[in-house]
Amino acid sequence: MAAITLQYIVDGKDFVSCGRASEQVKQNLKMLAFPAEAVRRIVIAMYEGEVNMVIHANGGVADVEITETLVRVRLTDTGKGIPDIEQAMKAGFSTAGEEIRELGFGAGMGLPNMAKYSDSMVINSTVGVGTEVIMEFKLD
Amino acid sequence: MTIQQVAEILDARVLCCEDKLDTEVKTGFGADMMSDVLAYVNGQGLMLLTGLINPQVVRTSEMMDITCIVFVRGKIPEIPVIELASARGIVLLTTQHRMFGACGKLYSAGITAG
Repeated sequence: MAAITLQYIVDGKDFVSCGRASEQVKQNLKMLAFPAEAVRRIVIAMYEGEVNMVIHANGGVADVEITETLVRVRLTDTGKGIPDIEQAMKAGFSTAGEEIRELGFGAGMGLPNMAKYSDSMVINSTVGVGTEVIMEFKLD
Repeated sequence: MTIQQVAEILDARVLCCEDKLDTEVKTGFGADMMSDVLAYVNGQGLMLLTGLINPQVVRTSEMMDITCIVFVRGKIPEIPVIELASARGIVLLTTQHRMFGACGKLYSAGITAG
């Protein structure tokens, strides 16, 4: 199988469509007959990332690369950046305001969840410039 | 049990996907925080009980393979949210019961924690 690359623009102003990219990736992975458990890990982690981009960074871009043995999800935004990545990775830590919590998010579980469900995760972030999150999922 | 039985136990009204009422559900999860649903839900034949009615409840359910959403405290989402669920084959129910009561009734009837 040749590598498949997919790109999605995540609209930061549209909370209704947030999650569409992850849903499409889910459909693609299912169509490619990837194991259900792997699909589940990948889409949960990607969806968390998508939500993060919408609620914290006014949207961004999701690039997904699929091979037989690996799925790589790269999320990039030009948002305000993460000043302290170590702190952001702590379960329960969130800078989300009341408005976001009312929507059911901002519990400080996003990044820890993404780390939990992926096999490796790298965050590069510069305050005032943006954030890049790269997650890799190995397929047995 | 089937979603039909869940609806009967909770005196719930079906908002969409009536054709899927014979789907089996085994486990349930009650939360208003979708972050927690994504963090903790595990299992098959899952049902979500929530008081949140925005589109992300449906999106989250889709990601977690949740087949039925029960809106507690008499909540009813807006039409676009119902359409979103309908397109994904996710059954929506609404019940007047509050979260604790609804979870208790289902737990007593054999639904386990998801």
